[in-house]
Amino acid sequence: MDYHSPASFAEASALAENATGITRFLAGGTDVLVQLRSELVTPDTLIDIKKIDGVHDVTRNADGSWTLGVAVTGAEMSEHPELGRDWPGVVEAMDLIGSTQVQGRATLTGNLCNGSPAADSVPAMVAAGVTLSVTGPGGTREVAVEDIPTGPGRTSLVRGEVISAVNIPARGENGGDAYQRFIPRTEMDIAVVGVGVNLRLDGDTIAEARVSLGAVAPTVLLVKDAARAIVGTALDDAALEALAAAASAACNPIDDKRGTIEFRTEVAGVLAKRTAKVAYARAKGEQA
Amino acid sequence: MSKLHVTTTVNGDEVEYLCDPRETLLDCLRDKLNLTGAKEGCGTGDCGACSVTVDGRLVCSCLMLGVEADGKQIETVEGIADGDVLHPLQKKFIEYAALQCGVCTPGVLVAAKSLLEKNPDPTEEEARYWLAGNLCRCTGYDKIIRAVMDTAAELREAS
Ligand SMILES: Cc1cc2nc3c(=O)[nH]c(=O)nc-3n(C[C@H](O)[C@H](O)[C@H](O)COP(=O)(O)OP(=O)(O)OC[C@H]3O[C@@H](n4cnc5c(N)ncnc54)[C@H](O)[C@@H]3O)c2cc1C
Ligand code: FES
Ligand code: FES
Repeated sequence: MDYHSPASFAEASALAENATGITRFLAGGTDVLVQLRSELVTPDTLIDIKKIDGVHDVTRNADGSWTLGVAVTGAEMSEHPELGRDWPGVVEAMDLIGSTQVQGRATLTGNLCNGSPAADSVPAMVAAGVTLSVTGPGGTREVAVEDIPTGPGRTSLVRGEVISAVNIPARGENGGDAYQRFIPRTEMDIAVVGVGVNLRLDGDTIAEARVSLGAVAPTVLLVKDAARAIVGTALDDAALEALAAAASAACNPIDDKRGTIEFRTEVAGVLAKRTAKVAYARAKGEQA
Repeated sequence: MSKLHVTTTVNGDEVEYLCDPRETLLDCLRDKLNLTGAKEGCGTGDCGACSVTVDGRLVCSCLMLGVEADGKQIETVEGIADGDVLHPLQKKFIEYAALQCGVCTPGVLVAAKSLLEKNPDPTEEEARYWLAGNLCRCTGYDKIIRAVMDTAAELREAS
Protein backbone atom coordinates (compact mmCIF):
# COMPACT_ATOMS: atom_id res chain seq x y z
CA MET A 1 0.00 0.00 0.00
CA ASP A 2 1.34 3.43 -1.01
CA TYR A 3 0.50 6.31 1.27
CA HIS A 4 0.31 9.85 -0.10
CA SER A 5 -0.56 13.13 1.58
CA PRO A 6 -1.00 15.64 -1.24
CA ALA A 7 -1.05 19.40 -0.64
CA SER A 8 -3.93 20.19 -3.02
CA PHE A 9 -7.09 18.60 -4.42
CA ALA A 10 -5.67 18.86 -7.94
CA GLU A 11 -2.72 16.76 -6.79
CA ALA A 12 -5.04 14.33 -4.96
CA SER A 13 -7.12 13.96 -8.11
CA ALA A 14 -4.03 13.37 -10.30
CA LEU A 15 -2.73 10.75 -7.86
CA ALA A 16 -6.07 8.94 -7.97
CA GLU A 17 -6.33 9.19 -11.73
CA ASN A 18 -2.89 7.66 -12.28
CA ALA A 19 -3.12 4.99 -9.57
CA THR A 20 -3.60 1.32 -10.41
CA GLY A 21 -5.54 -1.20 -8.34
CA ILE A 22 -7.69 -0.14 -5.40
CA THR A 23 -7.60 3.52 -4.36
CA ARG A 24 -9.05 4.99 -1.20
CA PHE A 25 -9.05 8.49 0.20
CA LEU A 26 -8.27 8.78 3.88
CA ALA A 27 -10.37 11.25 5.87
CA GLY A 28 -11.04 10.07 9.45
CA GLY A 29 -10.25 6.47 8.55
CA THR A 30 -13.07 5.05 10.69
CA ASP A 31 -14.33 3.02 7.72
CA VAL A 32 -11.06 2.70 5.75
CA LEU A 33 -9.06 1.39 8.73
CA VAL A 34 -11.78 -1.07 9.81
CA GLN A 35 -11.89 -2.49 6.27
CA LEU A 36 -8.08 -2.58 6.08
CA ARG A 37 -7.72 -4.32 9.43
CA SER A 38 -10.39 -6.91 8.71
CA GLU A 39 -8.82 -7.48 5.26
CA LEU A 40 -12.03 -6.57 3.49
CA VAL A 41 -10.32 -3.86 1.43
CA THR A 42 -6.56 -3.35 1.29
CA PRO A 43 -6.01 -0.29 -0.87
CA ASP A 44 -2.99 -0.21 -3.20
CA THR A 45 -3.04 3.56 -2.99
CA LEU A 46 -4.18 5.53 0.03
CA ILE A 47 -4.52 9.30 -0.40
CA ASP A 48 -4.73 11.21 2.88
CA ILE A 49 -6.62 14.45 2.25
CA LYS A 50 -6.05 15.95 5.71
CA LYS A 51 -2.94 17.97 4.82
CA ILE A 52 -4.71 20.00 2.13
CA ASP A 53 -5.24 23.67 3.00
CA GLY A 54 -8.66 24.54 4.37
CA VAL A 55 -9.95 20.99 4.92
CA HIS A 56 -10.40 21.59 8.66
CA ASP A 57 -12.33 24.86 8.24
CA VAL A 58 -15.99 25.54 9.00
CA THR A 59 -16.94 28.77 7.21
CA ARG A 60 -20.16 30.74 7.19
CA ASN A 61 -20.30 32.59 3.87
CA ALA A 62 -21.63 36.12 3.35
CA ASP A 63 -24.98 34.80 2.04
CA GLY A 64 -25.49 32.66 5.16
CA SER A 65 -24.53 29.37 3.52
CA TRP A 66 -21.84 27.16 5.00
CA THR A 67 -18.73 25.58 3.55
CA LEU A 68 -17.25 22.68 5.50
CA GLY A 69 -13.83 21.26 4.75
CA VAL A 70 -13.80 17.53 4.01
CA ALA A 71 -11.74 16.71 7.12
CA VAL A 72 -14.06 18.48 9.59
CA THR A 73 -14.99 15.89 12.21
CA GLY A 74 -18.27 15.17 13.95
CA ALA A 75 -16.83 16.53 17.19
CA GLU A 76 -15.84 19.78 15.50
CA MET A 77 -19.34 20.15 14.06
CA SER A 78 -20.98 19.60 17.47
CA GLU A 79 -18.61 22.02 19.18
CA HIS A 80 -19.18 24.78 16.63
CA PRO A 81 -21.17 27.58 18.31
CA GLU A 82 -23.29 28.55 15.25
CA LEU A 83 -23.56 25.60 12.88
CA GLY A 84 -25.92 23.60 15.11
CA ARG A 85 -28.20 26.61 15.51
CA ASP A 86 -28.71 26.81 11.76
CA TRP A 87 -28.66 23.07 11.03
CA PRO A 88 -29.45 21.11 14.21
CA GLY A 89 -30.60 18.09 12.17
CA VAL A 90 -27.36 17.77 10.22
CA VAL A 91 -25.29 18.18 13.38
CA GLU A 92 -27.37 15.70 15.43
CA ALA A 93 -27.20 13.11 12.63
CA MET A 94 -23.42 13.31 12.47
CA ASP A 95 -23.25 13.26 16.27
CA LEU A 96 -25.03 9.88 16.37
CA ILE A 97 -22.09 8.22 14.63
CA GLY A 98 -20.07 6.01 16.96
CA SER A 99 -18.39 6.90 20.23
CA THR A 100 -16.52 9.99 21.44
CA GLN A 101 -13.40 8.42 19.93
CA VAL A 102 -15.06 7.90 16.53
CA GLN A 103 -16.47 11.45 16.65
CA GLY A 104 -12.92 12.76 16.96
CA ARG A 105 -12.15 11.40 13.49
CA ALA A 106 -15.29 10.68 11.43
CA THR A 107 -16.35 13.08 8.65
CA LEU A 108 -19.52 13.76 6.63
CA THR A 109 -17.74 13.00 3.36
CA GLY A 110 -16.38 9.67 4.62
CA ASN A 111 -19.83 8.70 5.86
CA LEU A 112 -21.30 9.48 2.43
CA CYS A 113 -18.56 7.94 0.27
CA ASN A 114 -18.31 4.73 2.26
CA GLY A 115 -21.70 4.08 0.68
CA SER A 116 -23.56 2.43 3.53
CA PRO A 117 -27.35 2.68 2.96
CA ALA A 118 -27.63 3.18 6.74
CA ALA A 119 -25.11 6.06 6.99
CA ASP A 120 -26.64 8.43 9.52
CA SER A 121 -25.53 11.83 8.24
CA VAL A 122 -26.71 11.17 4.70
CA PRO A 123 -30.53 11.53 5.04
CA ALA A 124 -29.97 14.68 7.09
CA MET A 125 -27.72 16.11 4.37
CA VAL A 126 -30.22 15.18 1.64
CA ALA A 127 -33.08 16.82 3.56
CA ALA A 128 -30.96 19.93 4.06
CA GLY A 129 -30.17 20.15 0.35
CA VAL A 130 -26.42 19.79 0.86
CA THR A 131 -24.17 19.64 -2.20
CA LEU A 132 -20.57 18.56 -2.65
CA SER A 133 -17.80 20.17 -4.64
CA VAL A 134 -16.16 17.38 -6.61
CA THR A 135 -12.69 17.97 -8.03
CA GLY A 136 -11.63 15.78 -10.92
CA PRO A 137 -9.28 15.78 -13.87
CA GLY A 138 -11.60 18.18 -15.74
CA GLY A 139 -12.04 20.69 -12.92
CA THR A 140 -14.62 21.07 -10.17
CA ARG A 141 -18.37 20.34 -10.36
CA GLU A 142 -21.14 20.59 -7.80
CA VAL A 143 -23.22 17.49 -7.06
CA ALA A 144 -26.25 16.99 -4.78
CA VAL A 145 -25.70 14.50 -1.95
CA GLU A 146 -28.53 12.25 -3.21
CA ASP A 147 -26.70 11.87 -6.55
CA ILE A 148 -23.55 10.39 -4.97
CA PRO A 149 -24.59 6.92 -3.72
CA THR A 150 -25.53 4.43 -6.46
CA GLY A 151 -25.80 1.30 -4.30
CA PRO A 152 -24.30 -0.27 -1.19
CA GLY A 153 -20.59 0.59 -1.20
CA ARG A 154 -20.82 2.35 -4.58
CA THR A 155 -20.81 6.00 -5.62
CA SER A 156 -21.17 7.98 -8.83
CA LEU A 157 -17.70 9.47 -8.43
CA VAL A 158 -15.48 8.48 -11.34
CA ARG A 159 -11.81 7.64 -11.30
CA GLY A 160 -9.73 10.66 -10.33
CA GLU A 161 -12.60 12.46 -8.59
CA VAL A 162 -12.32 13.60 -4.99
CA ILE A 163 -14.80 15.57 -2.89
CA SER A 164 -13.22 18.92 -2.06
CA ALA A 165 -15.92 20.68 0.02
CA VAL A 166 -19.32 20.21 1.65
CA ASN A 167 -21.78 23.04 0.88
CA ILE A 168 -24.73 23.58 3.20
CA PRO A 169 -27.37 26.10 2.08
CA ALA A 170 -28.25 29.24 3.99
CA ARG A 171 -30.76 28.46 6.74
CA GLY A 172 -33.03 31.40 5.94
CA GLU A 173 -35.99 32.51 8.04
CA ASN A 174 -38.49 30.17 9.72
CA GLY A 175 -36.71 26.94 8.85
CA GLY A 176 -35.89 23.85 10.88
CA ASP A 177 -34.44 20.41 10.37
CA ALA A 178 -34.16 17.17 12.33
CA TYR A 179 -32.82 13.64 12.04
CA GLN A 180 -33.92 10.56 13.95
CA ARG A 181 -32.99 6.94 13.63
CA PHE A 182 -34.28 3.71 15.08
CA ILE A 183 -31.69 1.33 16.53
CA PRO A 184 -32.19 -1.74 18.72
CA ARG A 185 -29.82 -0.33 21.38
CA THR A 186 -29.45 3.23 22.69
CA GLU A 187 -25.85 3.87 21.48
CA MET A 188 -23.26 2.50 19.06
CA ASP A 189 -25.52 0.71 16.61
CA ILE A 190 -26.47 0.76 12.92
CA ALA A 191 -29.70 2.47 11.86
CA VAL A 192 -32.65 0.20 11.03
CA VAL A 193 -34.41 3.29 9.70
CA GLY A 194 -33.19 6.89 9.57
CA VAL A 195 -35.31 9.94 8.69
CA GLY A 196 -34.22 13.48 7.87
CA VAL A 197 -36.76 16.31 7.57
CA ASN A 198 -36.09 19.92 6.66
CA LEU A 199 -38.87 22.47 6.27
CA ARG A 200 -39.67 26.15 6.05
CA LEU A 201 -42.81 27.79 7.43
CA ASP A 202 -44.96 30.64 6.29
CA GLY A 203 -46.81 31.46 9.51
CA ASP A 204 -48.05 28.07 10.75
CA THR A 205 -48.13 26.56 7.26
CA ILE A 206 -45.33 24.49 5.80
CA ALA A 207 -44.18 26.31 2.66
CA GLU A 208 -41.37 23.97 1.64
CA ALA A 209 -40.18 20.57 2.83
CA ARG A 210 -37.68 17.85 2.06
CA VAL A 211 -38.00 14.37 3.57
CA SER A 212 -35.27 11.76 3.24
CA LEU A 213 -35.10 8.13 4.36
CA GLY A 214 -32.03 6.02 5.13
CA ALA A 215 -31.56 2.25 5.61
CA VAL A 216 -34.81 1.30 3.85
CA ALA A 217 -33.46 0.95 0.29
CA PRO A 218 -30.11 0.31 -1.45
CA THR A 219 -29.44 4.06 -1.36
CA VAL A 220 -30.71 7.04 0.57
CA LEU A 221 -34.13 8.22 -0.67
CA LEU A 222 -35.44 11.73 -1.24
CA VAL A 223 -39.17 11.12 -0.83
CA LYS A 224 -41.03 13.82 -2.73
CA ASP A 225 -44.47 12.34 -1.96
CA ALA A 226 -43.72 12.62 1.75
CA ALA A 227 -42.82 16.28 1.35
CA ARG A 228 -45.98 16.87 -0.71
CA ALA A 229 -48.05 15.30 2.08
CA ILE A 230 -47.10 18.06 4.51
CA VAL A 231 -46.56 21.14 2.33
CA GLY A 232 -49.52 23.52 2.67
CA THR A 233 -50.51 22.07 6.05
CA ALA A 234 -49.82 23.04 9.66
CA LEU A 235 -48.72 19.46 10.34
CA ASP A 236 -52.15 18.45 11.64
CA ASP A 237 -53.04 14.79 12.25
CA ALA A 238 -54.24 14.21 8.70
CA ALA A 239 -50.98 15.59 7.29
CA LEU A 240 -48.97 13.43 9.66
CA GLU A 241 -50.87 10.31 8.60
CA ALA A 242 -50.37 11.16 4.92
CA LEU A 243 -46.66 11.71 5.62
CA ALA A 244 -46.35 8.34 7.35
CA ALA A 245 -48.15 6.58 4.51
CA ALA A 246 -45.91 8.20 1.89
CA ALA A 247 -42.75 7.35 3.85
CA SER A 248 -43.79 3.72 4.27
CA ALA A 249 -44.76 3.47 0.61
CA ALA A 250 -41.28 4.58 -0.46
CA CYS A 251 -39.51 1.80 1.45
CA ASN A 252 -37.80 -1.07 -0.31
CA PRO A 253 -35.87 -2.50 2.63
CA ILE A 254 -33.92 -5.65 3.35
CA ASP A 255 -34.99 -8.31 5.82
CA ASP A 256 -32.33 -9.02 8.41
CA LYS A 257 -31.75 -9.73 12.09
CA ARG A 258 -32.03 -6.01 12.95
CA GLY A 259 -35.46 -5.63 11.38
CA THR A 260 -37.89 -7.35 9.05
CA ILE A 261 -39.29 -5.69 5.92
CA GLU A 262 -42.64 -5.11 7.67
CA PHE A 263 -40.95 -3.61 10.71
CA ARG A 264 -38.73 -1.24 8.75
CA THR A 265 -41.65 -0.11 6.60
CA GLU A 266 -43.85 0.59 9.63
CA VAL A 267 -41.08 2.32 11.58
CA ALA A 268 -40.25 4.58 8.62
CA GLY A 269 -43.75 6.04 8.88
CA VAL A 270 -43.65 6.42 12.65
CA LEU A 271 -40.21 8.04 12.61
CA ALA A 272 -41.16 10.37 9.75
CA LYS A 273 -43.98 11.76 11.92
CA ARG A 274 -41.75 12.19 14.96
CA THR A 275 -38.95 13.80 12.99
CA ALA A 276 -41.28 16.17 11.16
CA LYS A 277 -42.73 17.33 14.50
CA VAL A 278 -39.25 18.18 15.77
CA ALA A 279 -38.32 20.02 12.56
CA TYR A 280 -41.62 21.92 12.73
CA ALA A 281 -41.06 22.96 16.35
CA ARG A 282 -37.53 24.10 15.50
CA ALA A 283 -38.83 26.11 12.56
CA LYS A 284 -41.19 27.86 14.99
CA GLY A 285 -38.20 28.72 17.14
CA GLU A 286 -39.16 26.29 19.90
CA GLN A 287 -36.53 24.21 21.64
CA ALA A 288 -36.85 20.63 20.43
CA MET B 1 7.90 -2.14 0.66
CA SER B 2 9.62 1.04 1.75
CA LYS B 3 9.07 2.25 5.28
CA LEU B 4 8.05 5.76 6.16
CA HIS B 5 9.87 7.94 8.63
CA VAL B 6 7.69 9.54 11.30
CA THR B 7 8.59 12.20 13.85
CA THR B 8 6.02 12.79 16.55
CA THR B 9 5.69 13.86 20.17
CA VAL B 10 4.51 11.28 22.70
CA ASN B 11 3.80 12.40 26.27
CA GLY B 12 5.96 15.46 25.68
CA ASP B 13 8.99 13.66 24.25
CA GLU B 14 9.93 13.85 20.59
CA VAL B 15 10.24 10.34 19.13
CA GLU B 16 10.93 8.89 15.70
CA TYR B 17 10.09 5.58 14.11
CA LEU B 18 9.99 3.86 10.75
CA CYS B 19 6.71 2.21 9.85
CA ASP B 20 4.92 0.37 7.11
CA PRO B 21 2.00 2.52 5.89
CA ARG B 22 -0.44 -0.21 6.93
CA GLU B 23 0.66 -0.18 10.56
CA THR B 24 -1.69 1.55 12.97
CA LEU B 25 -0.68 4.11 15.55
CA LEU B 26 -1.49 1.43 18.14
CA ASP B 27 1.02 -0.98 16.52
CA CYS B 28 3.64 1.77 16.46
CA LEU B 29 3.11 2.77 20.10
CA ARG B 30 3.26 -0.82 21.33
CA ASP B 31 5.82 -2.44 19.05
CA LYS B 32 8.18 0.41 18.19
CA LEU B 33 8.00 2.69 21.21
CA ASN B 34 7.33 -0.06 23.80
CA LEU B 35 4.37 1.89 25.16
CA THR B 36 2.15 -1.09 25.86
CA GLY B 37 -0.43 0.74 27.99
CA ALA B 38 -2.84 1.15 25.10
CA LYS B 39 -4.35 -2.28 24.39
CA GLU B 40 -5.85 -3.89 21.34
CA GLY B 41 -9.23 -5.20 22.40
CA CYS B 42 -10.94 -5.35 19.01
CA GLY B 43 -8.95 -3.44 16.39
CA THR B 44 -12.15 -2.08 14.88
CA GLY B 45 -13.02 1.01 16.92
CA ASP B 46 -15.59 -0.68 19.15
CA CYS B 47 -13.93 -1.17 22.53
CA GLY B 48 -11.80 1.91 23.28
CA ALA B 49 -8.96 -0.05 24.96
CA CYS B 50 -6.56 1.66 22.53
CA SER B 51 -7.71 5.22 23.39
CA VAL B 52 -5.11 8.00 23.19
CA THR B 53 -5.35 11.71 22.49
CA VAL B 54 -3.96 13.29 19.33
CA ASP B 55 -3.56 17.07 19.49
CA GLY B 56 -5.90 16.96 22.48
CA ARG B 57 -8.60 14.95 20.71
CA LEU B 58 -9.66 11.52 22.02
CA VAL B 59 -9.30 8.84 19.32
CA CYS B 60 -8.90 5.08 18.92
CA SER B 61 -5.25 4.47 18.06
CA CYS B 62 -6.29 1.27 16.26
CA LEU B 63 -8.23 3.42 13.75
CA MET B 64 -5.35 5.73 12.90
CA LEU B 65 -2.24 4.95 10.89
CA GLY B 66 1.22 5.34 12.38
CA VAL B 67 2.14 7.71 9.53
CA GLU B 68 -0.74 10.02 10.41
CA ALA B 69 0.95 10.76 13.75
CA ASP B 70 3.71 12.72 12.01
CA GLY B 71 4.02 16.17 13.58
CA LYS B 72 1.25 15.51 16.12
CA GLN B 73 1.14 15.57 19.93
CA ILE B 74 0.14 12.16 21.26
CA GLU B 75 -0.79 11.50 24.89
CA THR B 76 -1.07 7.95 26.22
CA VAL B 77 -1.86 6.42 29.61
CA GLU B 78 1.88 6.35 30.35
CA GLY B 79 1.87 10.16 30.49
CA ILE B 80 -0.95 10.48 33.03
CA ALA B 81 1.04 9.97 36.26
CA ASP B 82 3.69 12.52 37.18
CA GLY B 83 6.65 10.18 37.76
CA ASP B 84 5.68 8.10 40.79
CA VAL B 85 2.83 10.42 41.71
CA LEU B 86 -0.46 9.06 40.46
CA HIS B 87 -3.03 11.33 38.81
CA PRO B 88 -6.18 11.89 40.93
CA LEU B 89 -8.14 9.69 38.50
CA GLN B 90 -5.70 6.83 38.99
CA LYS B 91 -5.93 7.16 42.79
CA LYS B 92 -9.73 7.12 42.67
CA PHE B 93 -9.75 4.08 40.39
CA ILE B 94 -7.74 2.22 43.04
CA GLU B 95 -9.87 3.56 45.90
CA TYR B 96 -13.12 2.56 44.20
CA ALA B 97 -11.74 -0.72 42.80
CA ALA B 98 -12.89 0.51 39.39
CA LEU B 99 -10.97 -2.23 37.61
CA GLN B 100 -10.69 -5.99 37.69
CA CYS B 101 -8.64 -7.48 34.84
CA GLY B 102 -7.47 -3.99 33.86
CA VAL B 103 -7.49 -4.43 30.10
CA CYS B 104 -9.94 -1.57 29.57
CA THR B 105 -8.40 0.66 32.24
CA PRO B 106 -5.70 2.50 30.25
CA GLY B 107 -8.30 3.49 27.65
CA VAL B 108 -10.86 4.43 30.28
CA LEU B 109 -8.32 6.61 32.11
CA VAL B 110 -7.28 8.44 28.94
CA ALA B 111 -10.93 8.95 27.97
CA ALA B 112 -11.97 10.09 31.46
CA LYS B 113 -9.06 12.54 31.69
CA SER B 114 -10.06 13.97 28.34
CA LEU B 115 -13.67 14.35 29.56
CA LEU B 116 -12.64 16.21 32.72
CA GLU B 117 -10.39 18.55 30.74
CA LYS B 118 -13.30 19.47 28.47
CA ASN B 119 -16.02 19.40 31.10
CA PRO B 120 -14.92 19.64 34.74
CA ASP B 121 -18.50 19.27 35.99
CA PRO B 122 -20.16 16.50 33.94
CA THR B 123 -23.50 14.99 34.88
CA GLU B 124 -23.50 11.24 35.35
CA GLU B 125 -25.34 10.93 32.05
CA GLU B 126 -22.71 13.01 30.25
CA ALA B 127 -19.94 10.88 31.75
CA ARG B 128 -21.71 7.67 30.69
CA TYR B 129 -22.22 8.91 27.12
CA TRP B 130 -18.64 10.17 26.87
CA LEU B 131 -17.36 6.76 27.99
CA ALA B 132 -19.83 4.74 25.88
CA GLY B 133 -17.00 3.81 23.51
CA ASN B 134 -14.95 2.25 26.31
CA LEU B 135 -16.18 -1.26 26.89
CA CYS B 136 -15.49 -3.08 30.15
CA ARG B 137 -16.11 -6.79 30.44
CA CYS B 138 -15.59 -6.93 34.21
CA THR B 139 -16.78 -4.06 36.38
CA GLY B 140 -20.31 -3.39 35.22
CA TYR B 141 -19.28 0.27 34.79
CA ASP B 142 -20.76 1.52 38.05
CA LYS B 143 -17.47 1.75 39.93
CA ILE B 144 -15.81 3.39 36.93
CA ILE B 145 -18.50 6.06 36.77
CA ARG B 146 -18.39 6.65 40.54
CA ALA B 147 -14.60 7.00 40.45
CA VAL B 148 -14.83 9.50 37.57
CA MET B 149 -17.60 11.54 39.21
CA ASP B 150 -15.74 11.64 42.53
CA THR B 151 -12.49 12.69 40.84
CA ALA B 152 -14.35 15.47 39.06
CA ALA B 153 -15.76 16.71 42.39
CA GLU B 154 -12.35 16.55 44.04
CA LEU B 155 -10.64 18.42 41.20
CA ARG B 156 -13.32 21.11 41.31
CA GLU B 157 -12.77 21.62 45.03
CA ALA B 158 -9.01 21.79 44.55
CA SER B 159 -9.20 24.46 41.87
C1 LIG C 1 -17.19 2.00 16.33
C2 LIG C 1 -17.81 2.60 15.09
C3 LIG C 1 -19.13 3.02 15.13
C4 LIG C 1 -19.72 3.58 13.99
N1 LIG C 1 -21.02 4.00 14.08
C5 LIG C 1 -21.63 4.53 12.98
C6 LIG C 1 -23.00 4.98 13.08
O1 LIG C 1 -23.65 4.91 14.11
N2 LIG C 1 -23.57 5.51 11.95
C7 LIG C 1 -22.87 5.62 10.78
O2 LIG C 1 -23.45 6.13 9.81
N3 LIG C 1 -21.58 5.22 10.67
C8 LIG C 1 -20.94 4.66 11.74
N4 LIG C 1 -19.64 4.25 11.65
C9 LIG C 1 -18.95 4.32 10.37
C10 LIG C 1 -18.01 5.52 10.15
O3 LIG C 1 -17.53 6.04 11.37
C11 LIG C 1 -18.67 6.65 9.36
O4 LIG C 1 -19.09 6.16 8.12
C12 LIG C 1 -17.73 7.85 9.19
O5 LIG C 1 -18.49 9.01 8.96
C13 LIG C 1 -16.72 7.69 8.06
O6 LIG C 1 -15.96 8.88 7.94
P1 LIG C 1 -14.36 8.86 7.88
O7 LIG C 1 -13.93 10.27 7.73
O8 LIG C 1 -13.79 8.10 9.00
O9 LIG C 1 -14.14 8.06 6.50
P2 LIG C 1 -12.90 7.25 5.93
O10 LIG C 1 -12.82 5.92 6.58
O11 LIG C 1 -11.67 8.09 5.94
O12 LIG C 1 -13.39 7.09 4.40
C14 LIG C 1 -14.58 6.37 4.09
C15 LIG C 1 -14.77 6.30 2.58
O13 LIG C 1 -14.95 7.60 2.03
C16 LIG C 1 -14.03 7.85 0.99
N5 LIG C 1 -13.64 9.25 1.09
C17 LIG C 1 -13.22 9.91 2.21
N6 LIG C 1 -12.98 11.20 1.92
C18 LIG C 1 -13.25 11.37 0.61
C19 LIG C 1 -13.20 12.49 -0.29
N7 LIG C 1 -12.81 13.71 0.15
N8 LIG C 1 -13.56 12.31 -1.59
C20 LIG C 1 -13.97 11.09 -2.03
N9 LIG C 1 -14.03 10.00 -1.24
C21 LIG C 1 -13.69 10.14 0.06
C22 LIG C 1 -12.88 6.88 1.21
O14 LIG C 1 -12.21 6.56 -0.02
C23 LIG C 1 -13.58 5.70 1.82
O15 LIG C 1 -14.11 4.86 0.82
C24 LIG C 1 -18.99 3.71 12.78
C25 LIG C 1 -17.65 3.30 12.75
C26 LIG C 1 -17.06 2.75 13.90
C27 LIG C 1 -15.62 2.34 13.83
S1 FES D 1 -8.70 -1.86 19.94
FE1 FES D 1 -9.17 0.13 19.23
S2 FES D 1 -11.24 0.29 19.75
FE2 FES D 1 -10.83 -1.76 20.31
S1 FES E 1 -11.60 -4.34 34.13
FE1 FES E 1 -11.62 -6.02 32.79
S2 FES E 1 -12.40 -5.12 30.99
FE2 FES E 1 -12.61 -3.54 32.40
